[in-house]
Amino acid sequence: MDILITGLILGGTYALIALGLNLQYGVSRIMNLANGEMLVIGAFVAFTLFTVGQVSPLLTIFLVAPLAYVLNWLIYRIMLRPLVNRAKNRGMLEVDAILTTFGLSFVMVGIMIWAFGGDYFSYSYLARPIVIFGDNFGLNRVVAFLCAAVLCAGLFLWLNVSRAGMAIRAVAVSPENARLVGIDVPKLSARAFALGGAVTAVGGAVISTFLTLDASTGVMFTMKALIIVIMGGVGDVRGTILAALVLGIGETFVASVIDPGLTLVAAYALFILILLFRPQGFFGRKPT
Amino acid sequence: MKRRTLFKVTTTLAATLVAGAAFAQDSIVVGAVAPKTGPLAGGAAVTHWPNIALWVEEVNERGGLNVGGEQRMLEVIEYDDQTNPSETIKAVQRLATQDDADIILAPYSTGLNLAAAPIFDKLGFPQITSSAATDQIGELTEQFNDMFFLLGRSTDLAEDAVEVLSDLREAGEIGNKVAMVNVADAFGIELAAVGKPALEAAGFEIVYETSYPLGTQDLSPIMKAAKAAEPDAFMAWSYPPDTFGLTEQAMIEELNVKAFYTAVATAFPSYGARFGAAAEGVMGIGGVNTASPEFQDYAARLEAATGSKPDYWAAGMMYASLQILEEAIETTGTLDMAEVTQYIKDNAFETVMGTIDFDDQNNNTAYWTVGQWQDGEFKGIKETGREGAVEPMVKTGWE
Amino acid sequence: MKRDEWKTLGWATALLAVAALLPLTGDGYLISLGVSIAMYTVLATSWALFSGPTHYISLATAAFFGIGTYVMGSGIEVLPYWVLLPIAGLIGGVLAALVGLATLRLSGVYFVIFTLGLAEMTRQGVTWYQNQTGHKGTYVLTDLTDNDIYWQLLGLAALVYLVGWGIGRSRLGFALRIIGDDEDVARHVGINTALSKVALFVVSGAVAAIVGAIIAPRYVYIEPSTAFTPMLSFQVVIMALLGGTGRLWGPLVGVIPFTLLWEAISSSFPNQTTLLLGLSFLAIVYLLPGGFVGLYDRLKGRAAKRSAMA
Repeated sequence: MDILITGLILGGTYALIALGLNLQYGVSRIMNLANGEMLVIGAFVAFTLFTVGQVSPLLTIFLVAPLAYVLNWLIYRIMLRPLVNRAKNRGMLEVDAILTTFGLSFVMVGIMIWAFGGDYFSYSYLARPIVIFGDNFGLNRVVAFLCAAVLCAGLFLWLNVSRAGMAIRAVAVSPENARLVGIDVPKLSARAFALGGAVTAVGGAVISTFLTLDASTGVMFTMKALIIVIMGGVGDVRGTILAALVLGIGETFVASVIDPGLTLVAAYALFILILLFRPQGFFGRKPT
Repeated sequence: MKRRTLFKVTTTLAATLVAGAAFAQDSIVVGAVAPKTGPLAGGAAVTHWPNIALWVEEVNERGGLNVGGEQRMLEVIEYDDQTNPSETIKAVQRLATQDDADIILAPYSTGLNLAAAPIFDKLGFPQITSSAATDQIGELTEQFNDMFFLLGRSTDLAEDAVEVLSDLREAGEIGNKVAMVNVADAFGIELAAVGKPALEAAGFEIVYETSYPLGTQDLSPIMKAAKAAEPDAFMAWSYPPDTFGLTEQAMIEELNVKAFYTAVATAFPSYGARFGAAAEGVMGIGGVNTASPEFQDYAARLEAATGSKPDYWAAGMMYASLQILEEAIETTGTLDMAEVTQYIKDNAFETVMGTIDFDDQNNNTAYWTVGQWQDGEFKGIKETGREGAVEPMVKTGWE
Repeated sequence: MKRDEWKTLGWATALLAVAALLPLTGDGYLISLGVSIAMYTVLATSWALFSGPTHYISLATAAFFGIGTYVMGSGIEVLPYWVLLPIAGLIGGVLAALVGLATLRLSGVYFVIFTLGLAEMTRQGVTWYQNQTGHKGTYVLTDLTDNDIYWQLLGLAALVYLVGWGIGRSRLGFALRIIGDDEDVARHVGINTALSKVALFVVSGAVAAIVGAIIAPRYVYIEPSTAFTPMLSFQVVIMALLGGTGRLWGPLVGVIPFTLLWEAISSSFPNQTTLLLGLSFLAIVYLLPGGFVGLYDRLKGRAAKRSAMA
């Protein structure tokens, strides 16, 4: 039982890490390798406001979200749009995007080091036990799980009910056809990218309540996010959530029952198995 | 090159202003290479870089180093090795041949120091390492004669931690059951490989034992299993991010052991800042004599000059390595590194960490091995020949 | 062989001979730069052997490199140095074959992500194994100097060029060119596409492992974080792409300017290294999409057009 709950809570963390990337890759077709750095920036803001002004990270996210949205929108318009226009096919865009965002991740790490230094940053927030079904869990992790749940549900509803959300899903399925029915694909791609960045930064602010980070740790999160997005199926929020939970429960199971030393090996093994037997991910469509 | 000329201009200017002397000798070029980015940047930002800034500032404030009767200012050239041994090697080469550095400071961490050892050896610079812990000191100094070790052997660091537990058991404070975990990475593996047989030899019963990969985001399964084994003491050979993570999980799982030990980063001021009163009684690798006026004075100066507090382990040693270098240069009155190295081998030095006297393997045999958070400070409780160790206390919960 | 080919071979040998003279300068700084250039030339060229024709971006270089350093690190106490180099290559090759058979059926981006994870996975596997066996630090203490390492890398580079040249002339090379143009066509004309790709992946994996083994004595102390650094994979990719993967000499003309640029940035702006490297990285992607080879071909094409008009 506690394996299941611990796994779910960890899965919630993973969803926070990967949800934004899914939007960016699924809709805007940008495989964003600077995703982890955006997460660390969100965490940095939360950390700074907490240590300087005792501002709760849960309030900080309302500041982080719009800022990250604008920042990512600018990144897309200035840096990525030219690549989209230049690319002759999707493969070429993918290569260009990987290289550009990798360069971008360097730039972001550089700016963070210049602005904050390379020190570790960590603080204590809601580091209290909470008892669920007779077992202890960290309150900050439970809160993060609830944040993830709210975010996932909100995003899912918005994508399925609202007009803008439907249009975004249409772009995710097929940009060419979306254009034919009068959807402004470039504009929506920029918005989806910005939204994805905002979600990632919010995730970072929430995660900073229980993880110790420094300016260079972003790449670890990028890797996790990539694996989850690919496992879940590109461009589908449900897939990412499911993959995050499967990975969370899988890792916790391995750690509790087999050997904590093998958790990451197990995560990659799971990843390969899914790719081999269902290359399009849980909810992905078969490539045409 | 422009940057350097600018630097020279400013230092010379400062020299004329501060010393008031009309003559400005050629400055001494001090080369420093350590991580500013990459996995070890976090540690170097606490332990390494602030000390260099403080030392250079202080020396220049009093008019520079006295080399054979001439006051010469320090000019520091810093390089980021990106936590990459190839870059460390290249940067040391660059400092020696392109920048004509008069002194090159030892890099940061065990791995980067060992990668740079052949180059230091070839160039003939003394390499006073303050953040390298290894068991191969004898072999290494035999091959690289100019290499010095301040931080000690990893075996002592692990064995002394076990000894503290033994002492507590003899005193009847704790029982016989220990839970031991380690991070599956270089130093963590090394410490565990020493710690486990030491625990067994001391007659402890290891009720839970596991390793976890570096970068594990959720340590709660480990802490849950450790708690279920009902240990009397908990030992973790851990690295910075997981030292924090394990402590927080222990609080959450209410693992109320009477002895709680985590390794690297327990001595960081940010550990105390994050856990506050809950840190009370936590033991970790390192320690200093916090009561010594020299250390207190150094800590205050470091904070005033750089805004960062020293950690209670290697930071003081880093500063001590600079003091040793300074004294050796001023006393011999030369920048001839062979002479300076010989002086370091032959003499004892008074530093902020106390007297340091290298043995015939260039090893500082007196160092702190275990410390404990007591009254908001991380105090040394176990050493290999240092004064000022305090009595270990029993941990009473996480309040 | 045609006359042109003899001429190219002659030039290549002459260049190699000149490069081999570098350590005679006795300048440690130049030699350490030379080691970097030689190392990345080998890695990037062998990377391009696989990725050039297949268009698969592999980020697995660090995995194979790390395996190589650990083969050297754990074997140096028991076996002689020269035996360990081929063993490292063999293990790297076998791993590449396994990975290739399992993943080369994946489409482009999945392959990228998988190879990115591979370095991390091998790293965890290696550290887990060391942990189980109670390992006490991995040291490689030898008498090898930077000069020796440089010459070994140079020799390996020559070997890689020979292999690449051989592949270009062989049936395999022909098959790969067709795969690169259109995989479906290749399949229809009866080329075993999977096997051809795996064969090249094995070459690049084995070479990267040997490079790791050669570099290990330089590191003295082997740590997982430096042996399996993901940065290495990315640097190799960007250098190869900067040069261009269409020709055998492409990566070389990428490696040299990039290493020098890297060096210039690290030495002049030590506090903004990461930032500036990122910016120059971006500049390369935007301004030189086909790498130097692409630029060269475009210029040559333009010159040809002009002479045709005249």
